[in-house]
Amino acid sequence: MSESLIALAGIKKVFYTDEVETHALSDIHLEIRRGEYLAIAGPSGCGKTTLLNIISGLIVPSRGRVQFDGRDVTALPTERRNIAQVFQFPVIYDTLSVYENLAFPLRNRGTDRRTIDARVREIAQLLDLSGVLDHRARGLTADVKQKVSLGRGLVRSDVAAILFDEPLTVIDPHLKLQLRAMLKQLHRQLDLTMIYVTHDQTEALTFADEVVVMYEGEVVQAGTPEELFERPAHTFVGWFIGSPGMNLLPCRIDGTAAVVGGHRIGLGRRYAALPADRRIELGVRPEYTILAGLNGGLPVRVRRVDDLGRVRIAKVELAGHPVAAIVPDGLAIDGEEAAIALDSNRLHVYADGHLVAPAEA
Amino acid sequence: MDKQTNQRGWLLVLPVVVIVAFSAILPLMTVVNYSVQDTFGNNQFFWNGVGWFSELLDPRSELGARFLEALWRNLLFSAIVLAIEIPLGVLVALAMPRQGWTVAFCLVVMALPLLIPWNVVGTIWQIFGRPDIGLLGYTLNSLGLNYNYVSNDLDAWATVIVMDVWHWTSLVALLCYAGLKSIPDAYYQAAQIDGASRWAVFKAIQLPKMNRVLLIAVLLRFMDSFMIYTEPFVVTGGGPGNSTTFVSIELVKIALGQFDLGKAAALSLVYNLIILIVCWVFYTIMTNAGTERRAKEGVA
Repeated sequence: MSESLIALAGIKKVFYTDEVETHALSDIHLEIRRGEYLAIAGPSGCGKTTLLNIISGLIVPSRGRVQFDGRDVTALPTERRNIAQVFQFPVIYDTLSVYENLAFPLRNRGTDRRTIDARVREIAQLLDLSGVLDHRARGLTADVKQKVSLGRGLVRSDVAAILFDEPLTVIDPHLKLQLRAMLKQLHRQLDLTMIYVTHDQTEALTFADEVVVMYEGEVVQAGTPEELFERPAHTFVGWFIGSPGMNLLPCRIDGTAAVVGGHRIGLGRRYAALPADRRIELGVRPEYTILAGLNGGLPVRVRRVDDLGRVRIAKVELAGHPVAAIVPDGLAIDGEEAAIALDSNRLHVYADGHLVAPAEA
Repeated sequence: MDKQTNQRGWLLVLPVVVIVAFSAILPLMTVVNYSVQDTFGNNQFFWNGVGWFSELLDPRSELGARFLEALWRNLLFSAIVLAIEIPLGVLVALAMPRQGWTVAFCLVVMALPLLIPWNVVGTIWQIFGRPDIGLLGYTLNSLGLNYNYVSNDLDAWATVIVMDVWHWTSLVALLCYAGLKSIPDAYYQAAQIDGASRWAVFKAIQLPKMNRVLLIAVLLRFMDSFMIYTEPFVVTGGGPGNSTTFVSIELVKIALGQFDLGKAAALSLVYNLIILIVCWVFYTIMTNAGTERRAKEGVA
């Protein structure tokens, strides 16, 4: 299982439009294991779709190598790579029936009629499309269309990885859950490698084994959802993963404490002195920032309390900096004055956005 | 009170009524008037009823024979022109670049023939094809082909058809190009992943996305070629003999050459009616195709 199926080494992509150079990707290294369910998450324009298209071969990287199974495929066209891709908007061959749509990739590869028929029916069964096989694809709803375009990937027996480019964008919310569950089940059932690009952190966290977070053309962190949550390697990951995102407080490091606007916050670990010209921030998740009564910790000013149902989140100000904190059950907030308690084991120090490791104690 | 405001509505449509009356209804009525009468000098008119019409539609009469021959020629011309321009236009559209500075260049070059006045197009080809001084005619004759559009029916037809193809294929190509441009990149990418051949891409993606503009192109080109007058008139004058005399040329001959106003008026009306009917048929097909599509989409 741990054998790597897809390996990207030093991938760079520069686009030239109207004489302007855009660095879409700079120096991406990534290994994707066989059978893995990998999510690539990041905001719009971070290069995640470009990266996906480089894996599928729709875009040729400016520099770097793409390997499948140890074989260099950088120069190989899409149709000769063992991948299928599902796009943001369902791509359907309008005038063909669902059956013909599913058979299309096999017919193009000259598969014999009987194999095609068996394979199409099998996949239709799997995707719950058997009832609409002879419908014209044009009249289908977006979710069924998206299933058909996924099906065109699944019918091919040579496909080792399926790439998804925000495939649920145009799907109704209640059907989204259904399709997500179906994808997860297919992944288990078919032992396929799935690479899933999304800008929705919930989508990424709920069903990927590993999440790659991209920001401005770089991979800022790759890890399990838990790692991303507990130890964000970059302030962007802290902000992007989690809802609400990580609290970031500009601070000064003084040995084993961070100083935020005159308040000393114990870090429980010693940090080396950091150069003054770098932007130092203290990061702590709202989940580890607990609102307390007046004398329970650092004094804050409560601005607003949002009741999210499961949990109440207070938007407070600590020395003028906005902080989100959990309001414990049963705590009554009286007026604006309150305090927050930070879990000292969950504090992270960032310099210019990057996580700083504590010095040896 | 209500009634008064309602009456004022008539005043508002009056300008349109006046314009339409002068631009369409009155001239048309004049033609209708001529078509049911026989005219002599000194503005003498005699009632002829449907006489001209029955003569026009009777192949045994001189007028009927001329009309039906011209009509048949015209239909053949339209059919040939469509059979060449539509596939050729599609091919040209497919070959056009999709991005870069060459797009603008191609569009301008393609639009050029469409911008030339029809009269000038005729003149260009009239000179171009002349065996003595025209580049095309001279070259063909030097190559041993006996080409002369003034004396040979087939050469005249070839010239008129090639001229029309030269003049109008761009229109079909530009329409198709617009249709092709509207296809999102993802379709081509998906087809690439599906291993589709060039032909499969054309059949499964490009043609279905173009069929609407193609219908418009067929309609436009049929109408235009069915009403063609200027270019063949300038090049061949309807000859040699009557071999390139299309309906409109016949009409002008009767109306202005022979000054048979009654016959010409009857011919005009029938000609007009044919075009209206064909227009209506095309329009019905097009809107039906549209509603059928919507209905199908609604079902799911």
